[in-house]
Amino acid sequence: MIKLEGLSKVFPGHNIPAVKDLNLEINEGDVCVLVGPSGCGKTTTMKMINRLYEPTGGKIYIRGEDALQMNPIKLRLDIGYVIQEIGLFPHMTIEENIATVPNEKQWPKDETKQKVSEVMTLVGLDPKVFKDRYPSALSGGQRQRVGVARAMVSDPPIMLMDEPFGAVDPITRARLQNEFLRIQERMGKTIVFVTHDIDEAIKMSDTIAVMREGELVQHATPSDLLSAPADEFVSNLVGRNRSIKRLHLIRINEILDEVDRAKPASEDAKIGEVEKQIEESDIRSVIVVDKDNKLKGVIGVSDLKRKSGEVAGDYCQDVTDTITSDATLNDALSVMLECGEGYVAVVNEDDQYEGTITLGDLLNVVKEEG
Amino acid sequence: MEQIIGVTGDLFRTAANLLFLTAQGEDVEYEPGLFRDTVDWISRRSDMLLELMLEHLWLVILTLIIAVVISVTVGIIISYYESFAQTVLGVCQVLMVIPSMAMLAFMVPLFGIGFTTGVMALVLYSLLPIVRNTYTGIRELDPAIVEAAKGMGMTERRILFKIKIPLARPVIMAGVRTAAVMMIGIAAIAAYVGAGGLGELIFSGISRGHQPMIIAGAIGVSIIAIAFDYLLYYGEKRFSVEGRTKEG
Ligand SMILES: Nc1ncnc2c1ncn2[C@@H]1O[C@H](COP(=O)(O)OP(=O)(O)OP(=O)(O)O)[C@@H](O)[C@H]1O
Ligand SMILES: [Mg+2]
Repeated sequence: MIKLEGLSKVFPGHNIPAVKDLNLEINEGDVCVLVGPSGCGKTTTMKMINRLYEPTGGKIYIRGEDALQMNPIKLRLDIGYVIQEIGLFPHMTIEENIATVPNEKQWPKDETKQKVSEVMTLVGLDPKVFKDRYPSALSGGQRQRVGVARAMVSDPPIMLMDEPFGAVDPITRARLQNEFLRIQERMGKTIVFVTHDIDEAIKMSDTIAVMREGELVQHATPSDLLSAPADEFVSNLVGRNRSIKRLHLIRINEILDEVDRAKPASEDAKIGEVEKQIEESDIRSVIVVDKDNKLKGVIGVSDLKRKSGEVAGDYCQDVTDTITSDATLNDALSVMLECGEGYVAVVNEDDQYEGTITLGDLLNVVKEEG
Repeated sequence: MEQIIGVTGDLFRTAANLLFLTAQGEDVEYEPGLFRDTVDWISRRSDMLLELMLEHLWLVILTLIIAVVISVTVGIIISYYESFAQTVLGVCQVLMVIPSMAMLAFMVPLFGIGFTTGVMALVLYSLLPIVRNTYTGIRELDPAIVEAAKGMGMTERRILFKIKIPLARPVIMAGVRTAAVMMIGIAAIAAYVGAGGLGELIFSGISRGHQPMIIAGAIGVSIIAIAFDYLLYYGEKRFSVEGRTKEG
């Protein structure tokens, strides 16, 4: 889909090239993550693909066509672009911002409106609340969502995303990443994604291209990168605890069936039975659900002493945090550490209980894979 | 606050100009009862004063329109040609520091005596603030915004009209206001070359040694300057979305 051949860029007045003889091929529907330290040429590479920068050497092929021969305006209209600095237009509403490309393509007004509202919902912004706001009235994370929505509104087959989740806290970032992966699963776009966070790279990518001082060091699947780093630079980049990094590669739903955990107690279960369940449980707690299988809370050993009552519902404590099953094992680990618990309850989008993941489960995975 | 300082500064300039002229008239002396005489004069000749104010206003508005069209265009052009920009701004700077009397004197051999000469001189004066503000307003836009627009496939022309100009508008308008207020003061002097307006009142007051006329003219000029600045400032604020995009 995208093929870079001997791509180079020397900025005028510099003697060291920003990008040097880069060869990279990205298959249709793949997410290729460019990763590397600051200043290694990730943004420059990306800007050459949509010709914001003209290469000083080499070729770019998009679907076999020479991109350097194409009309740059037409080329860019078909490549969604999320700029590193977000770059929302401060004088336009969120709706107008997102409608930029449809307006350039002169779509009919009502079609544009509908598509904008669709794509806003997709990135998790309620159109009714946000469409008439101005960018300054949004949080950093919301702005990044708008940036992503603006890039994908016209459904371009290719997207260039330059650190799209850079400016948010780790928890919001994990959520945005998961949403992105969910969307990508459905859309199957060809995506070049820039980050300098190796964890994000491992999580988001089909392939990872590691860059250093303008050169491509290794292009491999995340799993290969972890097991066979090309040189010391790459192995330093992925870090020492590579087995822990594997937690990024596995989603909760991949292991949820294998972990054999006790059934949750229903909220009207007799407390005697629940007590027995807790005794047997490896986390010394039991999850409580209501009759719709919605997560109600949790009962631990200490709760049995502190409270009184007949049924499970009387003893139940709120759970601090939950996670959805499309999150990675690493996300689960973060939540556990965050809450100071040895487990986390997994729920679906309607808050229905799906299972529990424990620290022990994570350890087993790391042991098996490592 | 900046706003108030701006107006005050311009008023001082206007007043200084008028004082300079007043000092030229040898037989002008301050008399007691000047305030009453002035009020008297104004009430007797209010129709004439009004007519001259309208003439003055017309001179300023016409000049301002011409100046805005020329200066904004020039400002936009030099924002694309960096190497050009400093030269153009330098020329405008030189034009602005030429004393108004000298400028008018230069104009007379070229355009003769009359309205046109006044307009020409005033346009040349007002180039700098508008050109400079247009140029810096565009140059100082967040490059990420312009790059985002370009990267999404907007043409240079669309970027200019949909992104650059709307975003630079508050800065451009500030330049227009500076030019307008300055021009209102200098327009009084342009009566010297027969451009009409309140300057006529002031000059004939000087030559006749009739102080109420001079003061009436000066008051007229001040009213126009303040009203203009106010209208441009609040008009801009009202129609701009910028107010809505900033917090609070
Ligand atoms: N417009 C430009 N003009 C001159 N030099 C540039 C320009 N853009 C980038 N460079 C230089 O090219 C090199 C690569 O920059 P680039 O922006 O591609 O880095 P990056 O990998 O995206 O870094 P970061 O992670 O900090 O965003 C840097 O040394 C930078 O200084
Ligand atoms: Mg970058």
